[in-house]
Amino acid sequence: MAAQATGAAAAKAPPTSKSDDQEMLISGCEAIAHACRLADIDVVTAYPIRPYDTVMQMVSKMIADGDLDAEYIVAESEHSQFEIVKHASAVGARVFAGSSGVGWFYAFEALAVTAGLRLPVVAMVGNRALDDPGAFGTEHNDALAVRDLGWMLTWVETAQEAMDNALIAFRVAEDPHVFLPCAVSVDGAFLTHSQHLVKVPSREKVNQFLKPYNRGNKLLHPDNPITIAPQVNEDWLIEIRKQNDEAMKRARGVIAEAYKDFNRIFGRNYSPFLEEYMTDDADVVLVGQGTLAMPVKVTVRKLREQGKKVGFVRLKWFRPFPTEEIQQSLKRFKAVGVIDRDYSFGSPYSGGVLYTEIRSALYDLPNRPLLHGFICGLGGREVTIEGVTEMSEILLKSAKSGKLEKQVAWIGVRE
Amino acid sequence: MTAQANALEIQKLDAFKGVKKVTIEEYFTSGHRTCQGCESALVMKLMVKASGPRTIVLGSTGCMYVANTTYYTTPWVVPWMHTQLGSSGSAALGTAAGLKVLMRKGKMKKEPINVIAFCGDGGGVDMGLSAISATLMHPQYNLLILCYDNESYANTDIQVSGASPWGANTTFSPPGKKYRIMHTRWKKNVAGMLAAGHPGCRYVATVCASYALDMMNKVRKALSIGGPTFIHSFDPCPKGWDYDPMYSHELGELAIEAGIFPLYEVEDMKLKFYGKTKKIVEGRLKRKPVRDYLLRQGRFAHFTDEDTDYFQKKTDEMWEKWILPGVIPLRPEDGA
Repeated sequence: MAAQATGAAAAKAPPTSKSDDQEMLISGCEAIAHACRLADIDVVTAYPIRPYDTVMQMVSKMIADGDLDAEYIVAESEHSQFEIVKHASAVGARVFAGSSGVGWFYAFEALAVTAGLRLPVVAMVGNRALDDPGAFGTEHNDALAVRDLGWMLTWVETAQEAMDNALIAFRVAEDPHVFLPCAVSVDGAFLTHSQHLVKVPSREKVNQFLKPYNRGNKLLHPDNPITIAPQVNEDWLIEIRKQNDEAMKRARGVIAEAYKDFNRIFGRNYSPFLEEYMTDDADVVLVGQGTLAMPVKVTVRKLREQGKKVGFVRLKWFRPFPTEEIQQSLKRFKAVGVIDRDYSFGSPYSGGVLYTEIRSALYDLPNRPLLHGFICGLGGREVTIEGVTEMSEILLKSAKSGKLEKQVAWIGVRE
Repeated sequence: MTAQANALEIQKLDAFKGVKKVTIEEYFTSGHRTCQGCESALVMKLMVKASGPRTIVLGSTGCMYVANTTYYTTPWVVPWMHTQLGSSGSAALGTAAGLKVLMRKGKMKKEPINVIAFCGDGGGVDMGLSAISATLMHPQYNLLILCYDNESYANTDIQVSGASPWGANTTFSPPGKKYRIMHTRWKKNVAGMLAAGHPGCRYVATVCASYALDMMNKVRKALSIGGPTFIHSFDPCPKGWDYDPMYSHELGELAIEAGIFPLYEVEDMKLKFYGKTKKIVEGRLKRKPVRDYLLRQGRFAHFTDEDTDYFQKKTDEMWEKWILPGVIPLRPEDGA
């Protein structure tokens, strides 16, 4: 019954040969709570804000029921929430926190130093529009705001992927070659609160994939009396920034490796950075992140029935940005439309964040596709079949004429 | 079964019985570059001398971070980590929680480790108050938050804070042609507020390093009693208060003797004055005039007699009108 309701999720769930998986009908938030349980996290901090906070309702119940042994602290603000896990991580604890919208921004100072300190905090961002005016719905500007700081960022489409990527996030963040924090972005309401059938693996299987967190010689402990983050000024800061840059570069390889192991152990068939949908013979493709994949895929199927060669590329990791994969994928098409569920006022061509990044990634290609930017679905407004059709028609028109009429368009805005 | 179970063992640090019994070892040594006569640097040194080697220290941004801890020349012998200006409470909480769970799950060797987070008055009395307050409500974590109060944002160039005394000349409250007094707030009563408002907290004390032995023993008691604790340290600052660095100790003593800063501890909600404050409360010592204290410092050089009288009047109120002299300013509705 759920297969109908969950559409894309059920359609893409691969068969698994392992029999010890438990199938559950759970939301994106619940799926991440299960990832926390399976990862046997040590310290978790909560503070209420919609829509991420359902994950903490689940985690606290797991602790109350004895299914998870962790220090569970309800902080007095998001700033403290993220400072507490930052410091617990420094003494060797596996940690989890999360937030949404302006809550994530309230923690911003803590988020910056967590990345600067190379502490592998794993967080969930339940994507939500920033105030003001207030809105509960999805926008990606909250998580995207940390894109320059050293946070790894991944967007997921289904509850299954939410759970899986949370496990992958712990593995990649805690890899000593990386030691960077990672945020799993889950579209507010569309995924945080909608249920999918999820295959929840056993702890034993997860243990094969996820080794214990070992802080090594960076552990803050009386047996290893180091001084962490003394004042460095112009004498050393640029060298430290360069080290963090190298760590983020290394993360690409570590992510690819993690997916290989993940697919092997859990019987999945993920590609690490991009998911391509009906792209083999496509003339034009749309590119986007998160749950808008579902209406886009549905529309692509409808347009295919009309003989229109449209495809879809879903970006799964925004940081580290898979530049080469994006180049290799998008160079095959005549026109590309980037869908941004975010805004970047005053940016080049007044495009969204994803559009600007992809435009930059394609610059060195000898034969670049025509590139459109579409801003839509802000504040949690639905990305509709009509909207995606409109975007596709613009792309097809450009592909035919070989010309770009207008770089960026807002879709689904009432005039 | 409550979620607060599984409290860890704590170190039993008995009081040093006299200066000669104080341990020789230092855990805050050379490498810092604080000002001459810096009382807060002494507080750091005595704080970790009192706590011993099995201690983790978290330091919020402030002069005891920036001037103390330069890359490659750290003075800290114990493990030390920076935390943000408003995060001393959260840093202590996260560290204590991490140690506790790792030991419970067998991922770390079981032993009591002291956790101390320090903050300045900017970090403690202003920005970090919310996180400190939250942390003091968690009885299951053993930790100490020490606020070194030198009465201004001394690291950033002596700006007024919520702990700066009324009328003080700071770079954010300079006397001018139109307004002589730019800082019109009375010093925030942070120790009293924290002691009165946090039922989970077993110990709050005020200290002044002019009385070094008392100060160290309060740290030892705070670390031994269990749960989250708070110490407010009154630290004369030659740069911020504008006096000759050789008088740091003397100014600390004067502040106590004038009744401007009271010395007390609150243990399980029981209030105990000590030192000269105790004598003042018991009427065995007459408070010195605040003028003696104010005149020694450049930050009050613009004061007129009227200002000094006002300062005296407000200080007198602390001892004559407050329901608990020097600690809690409430008084009954019909009280005079």
